[in-house]
Amino acid sequence: MGDKRPRSFYILAAFFAGYVLFLYGPMIAIYILSFQGPDGGLTFPMNGVSLTWFAKVFSGGGIVDIGAAFKRSLALGLVVMVITVVLSVAAGMAFRKPFRGASFVFYTAIASLIMPSIITSLGIALEFRLIDDFINKHGANVGLGWLADGWTTGMGLFTSGLGAHLTWTLPFGLLIMFAIFNRFDGRLEEAARDLGATPWQTFRHVVLPIILPSVVGIGLFGFTLSWDELARSSQAIGSVNTLPLELQGLTTTVTKPDIYALGTLTSAVSFLVIFAALSVILVLQARQRRQGSDAGKGMV
Amino acid sequence: MAPPQRGLRKMAVRSIAWLQAGPMTLVFALFFLLPLVLVVIVSVWDYNEYEMIPAFSFRGYTDTFEGCVAGLPELCTILKTYLKTLKLCLLTWGLTLLIGFWVAYFLAFHVRSKTWQIVLSLLCTIPFWTSNVIRMIAWIPLLGRNGLVNQGLIGAGFVNQPVEWLLFSEFSVVLALVHLFTFFMVVPIFNSMIRIDKRLIEAAYDAGASGWQTLVNIIIPLAKPGIVIGSIFVITIVMGDFVTIGVMGGQQIASAGKIIESRLSALQFPAAAANAVILLGITVLIISALTRIVDVRKEL
Repeated sequence: MGDKRPRSFYILAAFFAGYVLFLYGPMIAIYILSFQGPDGGLTFPMNGVSLTWFAKVFSGGGIVDIGAAFKRSLALGLVVMVITVVLSVAAGMAFRKPFRGASFVFYTAIASLIMPSIITSLGIALEFRLIDDFINKHGANVGLGWLADGWTTGMGLFTSGLGAHLTWTLPFGLLIMFAIFNRFDGRLEEAARDLGATPWQTFRHVVLPIILPSVVGIGLFGFTLSWDELARSSQAIGSVNTLPLELQGLTTTVTKPDIYALGTLTSAVSFLVIFAALSVILVLQARQRRQGSDAGKGMV
Repeated sequence: MAPPQRGLRKMAVRSIAWLQAGPMTLVFALFFLLPLVLVVIVSVWDYNEYEMIPAFSFRGYTDTFEGCVAGLPELCTILKTYLKTLKLCLLTWGLTLLIGFWVAYFLAFHVRSKTWQIVLSLLCTIPFWTSNVIRMIAWIPLLGRNGLVNQGLIGAGFVNQPVEWLLFSEFSVVLALVHLFTFFMVVPIFNSMIRIDKRLIEAAYDAGASGWQTLVNIIIPLAKPGIVIGSIFVITIVMGDFVTIGVMGGQQIASAGKIIESRLSALQFPAAAANAVILLGITVLIISALTRIVDVRKEL
């Protein structure tokens, strides 16, 4: 080390800096513009500085019922997060041993990840539409008369919407689990088994504490992917909208900076979640380092 | 012959694996595989203005291509739309590959300390966690008629009139797509590059290869799996995209995804499904051509 860096380093460093500027520049522009004065418009220059547009978003007097959409997105995001974590960890454990159908499950996950979102979305919409039609037409004949009466649709936030989000978050969760178990030392489990631990005890006291920081990462992915998800929800969510859908609807009609205030707020939630998750991960890792070694503690 | 207990144990292990992987598989079956099958089935159903009719018909397809053969050599709307989508897709793919490759290259080979590698890759990741819609509308204050770019151009005396093609044009669509999805190119390429044995590069250097020769003969071939995986991501996302193209094209540019969406909002499910099958077919063709180049399976 210490040798002179080649010229290509400086060229690429400048290129990288340019890329980062390209990534952040526009976003910073709208964060600044969301503090636009009451008479300001959608573009620079700033016409004074105020919190007018935030107040407008919060009062709900503006464009849409943001509060409701916000709560819906939050609730859905949290449910998606929990399900993604539980199912990914369970499936990750399964994939450590060969089992029949393993590659089928794996390729399904990959296919779900790279399927154009509109197709998944359409499929789920279609599925629920067919269920609705069936209940309306034949419900009475198959003993579902109580259901067919006044049945409108099975689509909703926590049925079709939840399913649509999971087809997007679960593949990410599974791939992260693969990355975790690729560098997991199986001898730790053998040691636990030799000491007489049951499989559940081994998982609870040995495996889980070790993988916990990455599991928090899966939760982070699950929540933020759901929180910002748009394309898959677009057809599959039914009559209620999530926050990104409201935002998309606004892009065609809004001419005032309240949309920027809304953008700044949703970004703030994303950043808050990332920050919280990263802090938890760091705390967990520090704890592992502290408790992972008994050097210098003498005999217990 | 194995003692009976061992057979039993094997069966127990297998069924545990299935219990673990089962819930995730069930979610994929209900919200991904079944919807996909339904899309294919419904694409050959008949329909009228109000409902789909479960009778075999190619109407979804023939309606889609109506007047296409008669109008040749003039291209019909649907073909033009697909060509336009392919064009946007190719442009985005080329640009994300170019930018993503050099960003990944810089991170993998020029950034020497692990901490800086993590910090800089996080820097690239953070914007990915903000809603796509917000990242799209972030271009408005920059590219709009009175945006910063136009103000700068006029201020510098390059133009007298604001440049009109900056926003709500193919230019802004490709710009936003590159802005949103270069991340999907950087991650897999970086992953492949980081696995390249540095001694190979030293060996090439010792053998007298120039920097360029090392790049072309060693780094690019070894980074190929990452390039292919990144390309698959970007191409599938852009082919199915209708939100970015809609918002950034000012709802003026049609796309393959948009056709599906508008058919759906007219409740013409079979026609929407037929278009989804066509889109799926094209996407699968592109992916299978790409996976011929490298065996991606080995890399996952």
